[in-house]
Amino acid sequence: MVAESRETPNQVRVTADEGREELMLNMGPHHPSTHGVLRFILHTDGEVMRKAVPDVGYLHRGIEKLAERNTYAGFVPFTDRINYLEPIFANHGYVMAVERLLGVQVPPRAEMLRVITSELNRLASHYVTLGSVAMDIGAYTPFVYLLREREHINDLMEALTGQRLTFNYLRIGGVAFDATDEWLKQVEQFVTGFEPIIDEFDSLISGNEIFVKRLVNVAPISAADAVGFGLVGPNLRASGVDWDLRRDQPYSAYPELQFDVPLGKGKLGTLGDCHDRFLVRVLEMRQSCRILKQALRKLPSGDIRAKVTRIKPAAAETYAAVEGARGELGYYVVADGTDKPYRVKVRSGSFASLSIVEHVSPGLMIADLVALIATLDTLAPEMDR
Amino acid sequence: MPALANRLSAMFGLAGLQRELLSTGLILLVALLVSLVVLTIGGIMSYVERRVAGRVQSRVGPNRVGPLGLLQWVADGVKLITKEDLVPRDADRPLFLLAPYLVVIGVFAAFASIPFGALLIAADLNVGVVYLLAITSLTAVGILMAGWGSNNKWAMLGGVRSAAQIVAYEVPSTMALLSIVLLAGSLSLQTIIGQQGGWPWQWYIFHNPFSFVAFFLYFTAAIAEGNRTPFDLPEAESELVAGYNTEYSGMRFAGFFLGEFSNVFLMSAIATCLFFGGWQLPGVSVAAQSASIGLQALGLVVYVAKVCCGCFLVIWLRWTLPRLRVDQLTSLCYRYLLPLAFVCLLGNGAYLYLVTAGSTLDLAVHGVVTALAGAAGAFFVWRVFYHIRHTHDRISIDLARGERSVFDAGVQKRGYGALRKAGLAAAVAAAAAAKESP
Repeated sequence: MVAESRETPNQVRVTADEGREELMLNMGPHHPSTHGVLRFILHTDGEVMRKAVPDVGYLHRGIEKLAERNTYAGFVPFTDRINYLEPIFANHGYVMAVERLLGVQVPPRAEMLRVITSELNRLASHYVTLGSVAMDIGAYTPFVYLLREREHINDLMEALTGQRLTFNYLRIGGVAFDATDEWLKQVEQFVTGFEPIIDEFDSLISGNEIFVKRLVNVAPISAADAVGFGLVGPNLRASGVDWDLRRDQPYSAYPELQFDVPLGKGKLGTLGDCHDRFLVRVLEMRQSCRILKQALRKLPSGDIRAKVTRIKPAAAETYAAVEGARGELGYYVVADGTDKPYRVKVRSGSFASLSIVEHVSPGLMIADLVALIATLDTLAPEMDR
Repeated sequence: MPALANRLSAMFGLAGLQRELLSTGLILLVALLVSLVVLTIGGIMSYVERRVAGRVQSRVGPNRVGPLGLLQWVADGVKLITKEDLVPRDADRPLFLLAPYLVVIGVFAAFASIPFGALLIAADLNVGVVYLLAITSLTAVGILMAGWGSNNKWAMLGGVRSAAQIVAYEVPSTMALLSIVLLAGSLSLQTIIGQQGGWPWQWYIFHNPFSFVAFFLYFTAAIAEGNRTPFDLPEAESELVAGYNTEYSGMRFAGFFLGEFSNVFLMSAIATCLFFGGWQLPGVSVAAQSASIGLQALGLVVYVAKVCCGCFLVIWLRWTLPRLRVDQLTSLCYRYLLPLAFVCLLGNGAYLYLVTAGSTLDLAVHGVVTALAGAAGAFFVWRVFYHIRHTHDRISIDLARGERSVFDAGVQKRGYGALRKAGLAAAVAAAAAAKESP
């Protein structure tokens, strides 16, 4: 990604002429707003960017290779480490792929528990994202408020799974632990208590004059660009592309649940600008609350795990993807008839969304780039794996 | 000061060189005293800032060193002094080493002409306002030197931002202060305070509509000059790492922060002197206050209370608002604040020309402005408490009982512990069952 450069003739805010000197800034791998170990090489003219080139690979741990040396079930804990903010989704995509290879039918209670934990996890992930957008714009307080809420979710997940960050909750054929009635009641209490917090968050920061001014019309991504660069999830929907795997490629228990897919409208500025990306996530939190309420009501009783005795799928290959907090998180699993996968390829949203930075960056200011990275919600471990 | 030196010389029968030495010694003593006071103020401000930030963000803040964490700033100071004083190899050494001193001197020296009471002033200069404007600009030089001397691109960007910012905002802030100088007809801070009174309608902020606007102009511009949020671009953490002080460590780093925190107090102090009647007590004449030590002490309390309100407002703003972008910052100044400042200056002049001081119309204007501002202030306070009542703070902080945090709304107290145990028991049972079945 570093070597090549793209022509961007359609940017309006480029003021630098080619003859002038440029300042090369090294942003990262340790920088407060690169969100993990990620590096950008900025070519700027003063504060105005000519080009920002992302440089990834600082957090490569060879997780895909590790899959080939572990059994199918043994790889599940590794998937947590692909994205520490949404481990349930990372589990879910992988176990779904293996279940397809095995032809296992997951019990309905397990599917619904997967949905409940998924949506809790989506909320927790969006808290961090929205909070860091606010923090990168310079407002610290919303971040702390959202972390406070995340703490509730961490407590809930700890009560269910024993873990606060990498839950390792899903198993091939079901989930690890059953939820008690008391736990479900706690979740319901949390969701009811959280909805007013979204309003409070909106009144605190979403409508703030300075905040809106900083995000509106900044780094808009057109629908064609978004599709072309392979953006997924909230980033894609912010550009107005109506695509959500939960609805368009139904999996797990999602077909039984009612929810809307919020889209970017460019209400205050251009379609697909930073403010749209921010707003879509806020609206998604409301939908997550809606899904959670339904799922808690519809949770069937029964087994939480299908009987899976030997995990040794016949030679075949499959792709399974879930709609994570950062969009499509897909696993391409190739089986060769042994008890270990022949190859596992992970398709994550962060890598694709980072690739568009170089295309959008010319003409932005340094402060705008920070807003762009924050609203794209890139996460270094998911990018590098 | 010279008066005191004269009196002491007469008392001990000193003359010539001895008298000069005494005078110089006294000046050094007062300078030391002022520095100590300002150091303490800066330290305490850093503690207050962190405590207020904690409460704003529904957490506790520093509460471990001393009662209520009151000695936290001392511990921080000791820690920073014992740290290594690092100078980057490629830095411009003299500039790098000198920069924090300029920032500190700029703020500390300004305190010399701040009147804390009728006689409690280190140097009552007849050009007090001009002196303040001049000496506080020294911080800009210090920041620019730090940014350039560090030989770090992020620091340089921070320094350049700071220079642009201070040059821009110095103008509206000076204009706003000049409006008050116009009203008072003097540059001396003591005279300006003396012309006001103890009651709110005697303050210059409520003198006329233009002086009312001038206060907000000064307040905004002072926040910008002090590099405070929403104008903290020179040290914008999320953009420029730490801006101009990226390369600094130890006591030099602390110097910048001491400067910043003392500056919050300083700008509130200046605003109190010029707009809020300074140390004046309601119904007490300046002469009476000068004569009585008790009344002076009371005046000091009133003065500090007013300044603290200003400091609290600045801190509150910092932990609420996001940061502007560079272009938005300068366009705010040049497009809106600067023209408004000119209008204020001209308006104040016109008011002085058209309305006779002390006439019924003059008093009526004071009264109406005070009443309207009071009503607006009351409405604001009511809104604040309305929002506090309707907030969903789901963690209550009970310091008295030493409990760290207790969930009250969402989840009951013992919920999670019991739940966790139940969950673990279920997991153990499930594992045992799984082991039994083949």
